Amino acid sequence: MLSGLYLTLEAQFVAAVQVLVYAGAIMVLVIFVIMLLNLGREKHLTESINLRSVLGTIIGVVFAVQVVIVLLGRPTERLQLAPNAIMIGTTESIGTSLFTTYLFPFEAISLLLLAALIGSVILAKRHVQ
Amino acid sequence: MLPTSIPLDWYLILSAVLFVIGVIGVVTRRNAIIIFMSIELMLNAVNLTMVAFSSYNGDIAGQMFVFFIMAVAAAEAAVGLAIVLSLFRNKQTVYVDEVNVMKW
Repeated sequence: MLSGLYLTLEAQFVAAVQVLVYAGAIMVLVIFVIMLLNLGREKHLTESINLRSVLGTIIGVVFAVQVVIVLLGRPTERLQLAPNAIMIGTTESIGTSLFTTYLFPFEAISLLLLAALIGSVILAKRHVQ
Repeated sequence: MLPTSIPLDWYLILSAVLFVIGVIGVVTRRNAIIIFMSIELMLNAVNLTMVAFSSYNGDIAGQMFVFFIMAVAAAEAAVGLAIVLSLFRNKQTVYVDEVNVMKW
């Protein structure tokens, strides 16, 4: 759904990456972990009206009201995409920007991914003594 | 001119709704996996805001940030699910309120 919205915003590259990452990677990970954990039914939340859920819902509603007040009080009055929106969403422009302006964050994120890979392998490894 | 005529505010409102659902999920649920999915939802809400502003302002920075946020989200999901896995292996639970080994 979000990917389709990105397409309406003329962000083709981000839409494709969204599908790849979330349908391809994160959903598989989550389902794999759920399968591995072999959980039974979720423990029924007998304390369905407890302090925490009431408090959490109140926090959420207060936050939502604040956001709505901000949005309604000061509309952005942007009704059209920027004229160059169709140009900046392409893989070409993203790639160019990635390897020029954002080269350092790009390298940093690759290091982060490597660290996450190693860390998750070590964390999930069965400890063999 | 581009064919779309959706005002920017609608994207922002949808994003706020998604974010609030994520917040409520994180605060009220006890299952660690559901908390992770709620965190992903919050990250995605922010991503939607960034892409919307990026497209309406004609600036590529927002989409670059979304790219980096997605990478961080993937790393976070991998590490978080590995933690859940080892937690379940050691404690046989995924409910965060039954894990209090760091409570003094």
